[in-house]
Amino acid sequence: MSRKLLIEHADVPGITSFETYRKHGGYASVEKALKTMSPEDVVEEVKKSGLRGRGGAGFPTGMKWSFLAKPEGVERHLVCNADESEPGTFKDRYLMEKLPHLLIEGMITSSYALGARRSYIYIRGEFMYVLRILEKAIAEAYANGMLGKNILGSGYDLDLVVTPGGGAYICGEETALLESLEGKRGNPRMKPPFPAVKGLWGNPTVVNNVESIAAVVPIVNEGGEAYAKIGIERSTGTKLISASGNLVRPGVYEIELGLSVEEFIYGDNYCRGIANGKKLKACIPGGSSVPILPHYLVTKTAAGTDRLMTYESLADGGFASGSMLGSGGFIVFDEDQCIVRNTWNFARFYAHESCGQCSPCREGTGWMEKVLYRLEHGTGTLEDITLLEEINKKIEGNTICPLGDAAAWPVAAAIRHFRDEFEWHVKSPQEAQTRNYGLIQAPLEA
Amino acid sequence: MKADHPQAVNEAPIEFSANTMAEMNRVIGLFPEGKQKSAILSVLHLVQDELGWVSVGAMNRVAQILDIQPIEVYEVATFYTMFHLDPVGKNVLEVCRTGPCQLVGSDDLITYIEEKLDIKVGETTKDGMFTLKTVECLGACGYGPMLMCKYQFYERLNKEKVNEMLDAMREASNS
Repeated sequence: MSRKLLIEHADVPGITSFETYRKHGGYASVEKALKTMSPEDVVEEVKKSGLRGRGGAGFPTGMKWSFLAKPEGVERHLVCNADESEPGTFKDRYLMEKLPHLLIEGMITSSYALGARRSYIYIRGEFMYVLRILEKAIAEAYANGMLGKNILGSGYDLDLVVTPGGGAYICGEETALLESLEGKRGNPRMKPPFPAVKGLWGNPTVVNNVESIAAVVPIVNEGGEAYAKIGIERSTGTKLISASGNLVRPGVYEIELGLSVEEFIYGDNYCRGIANGKKLKACIPGGSSVPILPHYLVTKTAAGTDRLMTYESLADGGFASGSMLGSGGFIVFDEDQCIVRNTWNFARFYAHESCGQCSPCREGTGWMEKVLYRLEHGTGTLEDITLLEEINKKIEGNTICPLGDAAAWPVAAAIRHFRDEFEWHVKSPQEAQTRNYGLIQAPLEA
Repeated sequence: MKADHPQAVNEAPIEFSANTMAEMNRVIGLFPEGKQKSAILSVLHLVQDELGWVSVGAMNRVAQILDIQPIEVYEVATFYTMFHLDPVGKNVLEVCRTGPCQLVGSDDLITYIEEKLDIKVGETTKDGMFTLKTVECLGACGYGPMLMCKYQFYERLNKEKVNEMLDAMREASNS
């Protein structure tokens, strides 16, 4: 069983209370950082840890922190992105609901490192009950001197506020989130300037995912080097994986990066295989925005080596035969699932969630949804498949934020690996309405 | 009247209850001086908690409370999908229809609720008890199929659970 750095105490009775959390070693990182370390020391430990952003992009957190502008007399902010809305991802909700004080502890230690004195947690509006849990925990932290003026006699002051979104996927994009936090529509901003220079209300701001901020706690407690020893290559530490779809035991798992995909899907300590004795058909390993993998590329790379749960191994083969770790939203399809229907479903999602600011995304996501609807419902043509590929190319790279790419990549990957199934929908529309295509064959060279 | 109607701004602001006003003042007070607009989503959630939906009159009042232009409220309320801009039933069932839930049967769940309540997605039952909506991913993918009602998540749903849930909601709304 792999080591748990984040959710080890998740099932301890009463762990949502300050007292119980403290008894289990909680807030040690705040004590250590504020009493024995300078803010720069904390940043240094995070850099050494090799921690990469857990929201999906995988950008090194320590490096992101070091970009924060520090002009004299200008306030800085840390904003926690708790807008968790990438389909397939539900780990942050689990962490916040079970261990609200872990996030608050991470917020305090991280805010100290960044010199932020007013920090915010922006949580998706649908998680209102989790917001209430966090509010209660924040009040406890204030009452126990972990928030407010002169924390632990260090002279450091911090105010922490949790505030809800209103149901918009785009607000998980950091600049859209900042717009939303300013009380506006969630339209992403042009970059540069980056939030590190001009963020919330024009002040230098760091936006980090819930899990990234929580990971700062064990990093400060145990040291960046110790953290970096866990995992493989540039995939250090542990990662929360949200497993969904046709699995025996879906749910949230904390894994050491480097675990094999085989073990994660079939192992007794993890998902225990495909539900109802079915076979694996496909897997989207990192949330709906990353490329889908056909069954023969899930547990093995194209070169035949074991596929591992790391940033590098999941990306092995590029988009031709790989995918991405992304947010760790691990979606598993059994043999009875229809790839065309699922691709249409996700295209509908992106069409619904496009903010409408950039034409290629606003129009393109709508077209893809319509074309995929035709294909799924038996009125598509073979040219439609080519048309999808063309629309894809016109969206990709031509938008302010990555939602356009996120909408385009999964469609491209589905056609790349499951072209036969798309064509079958065109050639046998009647049959495609009554049964699913089933498993595809691995190409001979694979 | 819809917020995009040219006369929307003339619709009289409505008053909220003392409790709602107190809570609005609390959430506005969480932000620094001059940044009260940041509380707009919290405030709109409170409006919807009280009225069940967000009317133009309510938005005009929110503009006064936050000291901003009505259009600043309309543009926000129309962007975020959690806000109902038309009257809804006492219980709004928001069923997740996105990929991971679809893999585990959300299509069947939607059809079952439609049949059971004799309404289509987007409609309200004649007695005003239920409105059925579909929504995109609610971040409960490992526990699907699921729906949300009044900020509560109902997960791993099957027919029996849906029957029980609907009965309980009906009872709670009638008492």
